[in-house]
Amino acid sequence: MSLLNELEGMYAVWLREAKIYVREKERLISSGVSPLLWIFGFGTGIGANLKYIEGYPYQVFIYPGIVVMAVLFTSLFYGIYIIWDRKLDFLKEVLVAPVSRTSVFAGKVLGGATDAMVQVIFLLIIGLLINIPLKPLIIIEAFLMLLLISVAMVSIGLVIGANLQSPEGFGLVINFVMWPMFFFSNALFTLQNIPAWLTTLIYFNPLTYGVDAVRGIILGINHFPFYIDISVMLVFSVIMMVLGVLSFRRM
Amino acid sequence: MVIKTEGLTKKYAKLTALDSLDLHIKEGEIFGLLGPNGAGKTTLISMLCTILKPTSGKAWVNGFDIVKEPAKVRKSIGIVFQQPSVDDLLTGRENLAMHNLLFGVPRAIRKQRIDEVLSLVNLEKRADDLVNTYSGGMRRRLELARGIMHHPRILFLDEPTLGLDPQTREHIWEYIVELARKESMTVMLTTHYMEEAEQLCDRIAIIDYGKIVVMDSPQTLKNQIIGDVVKLKQMIPDIEPIRQLDYVKNMQEKEGLLYLSIKDASKHLQDLLTHTGPIDFVEVRSGTLNDVFLHYTGREIREAEAEGGFWERVMKK
Ligand SMILES: Nc1ncnc2c1ncn2[C@@H]1O[C@H](COP(=O)(O)OP(=O)(O)OP(=O)(O)O)[C@@H](O)[C@H]1O
Ligand SMILES: [Mg+2]
Repeated sequence: MSLLNELEGMYAVWLREAKIYVREKERLISSGVSPLLWIFGFGTGIGANLKYIEGYPYQVFIYPGIVVMAVLFTSLFYGIYIIWDRKLDFLKEVLVAPVSRTSVFAGKVLGGATDAMVQVIFLLIIGLLINIPLKPLIIIEAFLMLLLISVAMVSIGLVIGANLQSPEGFGLVINFVMWPMFFFSNALFTLQNIPAWLTTLIYFNPLTYGVDAVRGIILGINHFPFYIDISVMLVFSVIMMVLGVLSFRRM
Repeated sequence: MVIKTEGLTKKYAKLTALDSLDLHIKEGEIFGLLGPNGAGKTTLISMLCTILKPTSGKAWVNGFDIVKEPAKVRKSIGIVFQQPSVDDLLTGRENLAMHNLLFGVPRAIRKQRIDEVLSLVNLEKRADDLVNTYSGGMRRRLELARGIMHHPRILFLDEPTLGLDPQTREHIWEYIVELARKESMTVMLTTHYMEEAEQLCDRIAIIDYGKIVVMDSPQTLKNQIIGDVVKLKQMIPDIEPIRQLDYVKNMQEKEGLLYLSIKDASKHLQDLLTHTGPIDFVEVRSGTLNDVFLHYTGREIREAEAEGGFWERVMKK
């Protein structure tokens, strides 16, 4: 099993995902609309009452959280495609190929991350338009951090997808992962004046560290030191990827 | 032995799909698996190509253990699944290009291989259209093209010609037989078309309820089991004396008609008729693989049913 074969296999899986993503316009459009609603609808409405958090207008304050949210949703939901692939038998071709499941999984993760990162680019452009302080270096750093978050979340989605049979089941399970992760994080608020039980939940939520890192990069507001944020996300990603590879091996 | 199984078994909750199967297939052999719907053909192929784990027993493909060395098995094989598995949202050419990458076809010959198989299945003109615009038969052709494109050592074909027009079938079999001869590729195929199996296969196995009922060359099976088939209607239905005749291999009575398989009709027909007494009607023909099949499985194969299944599955999307 040569390394080149593995890389080419991974590339083949990724390329297929990327092509399909570009061809399915609905996917692109739908994933762009919901974050806009959050920024403009939610951000403007609440922002009108709240005025400033940590010296920023609320709309600006939640911007990093919304971008992370978009990555979270797109990445997690990507796992549903593996169920469809299997239902329609497309996956068999890949599963009998002489390519390790690790490479197949990696290709899928990259495919999902591509979806999410296209959306990130879109949101970064919006950010520039609404005067979020985005400098070139900040954009690069934020992009890399968001990529790491995406890889972790796509892996969760794929682990769930690989272990379930029906798209309906996936929808059910993913809601129990996605909403708690989003609401029990610091995406929409700071960690001050919050009841202890909620603080505990938020501290156990890996997404909190992702949001904290991205907000730190873009707005300079950090709750945890950056090295903690990135270590938590890295460890979490690695665990999810290992679970993903194991799940793919059983398929 | 390129394919070898020992007591290979697959059990599902309620039924045993494959029951302790022993099989030896030589290099370069074209081996046919026949059997009624649900006999276990697909189950066997799925295990040999490592996408289904056996409940018990062992099997080796190209010398590699299917459970312990699946990666090496996969490197040796090509497969056309019974269920369509080409990617709808890619074009025909993209499907083939993806296969090239996945199966490690050397870069230098990729384009040439794609063109070669596209022209084999006559899809050059539609190669750059999305597969979801193809007809059912065109998808099947693409799938076949893909399965053989990387010139595997062993090719598994699960009802490959289902839904194909006769021209395409002929074309494809020619290519596969040539590939088998030239590169001593081994082929294991399932089909419900008896003429196809008869023409192509060096050996066939008829399986039913997960067990091999009989296994030999089509010719031998026809000669030994069936010989010639005589259908007749007697005036006086006294069949016992006929059963005793030494050239009568088998006899069945159905709706007042007598079905006999006899050793050599040209030699024994005269004698047979003296034993039947006056007759109303007689018909003689040489036995076919279909007769062998019916002899062993005892019921008509449900070809139409299988075909319906395929179309249904194609159209579902
Ligand atoms: N996932 C499964 N769960 C339970 N039973 C199964 C499963 N897959 C197959 N079977 C059963 O195993 C038996 C063998 O099925 P298989 O698909 O191997 O038949 P086949 O010989 O390929 O038939 P066909 O000619 O219709 O393709 C059938 O009785 C089928 O119902
Ligand atoms: Mg079958």
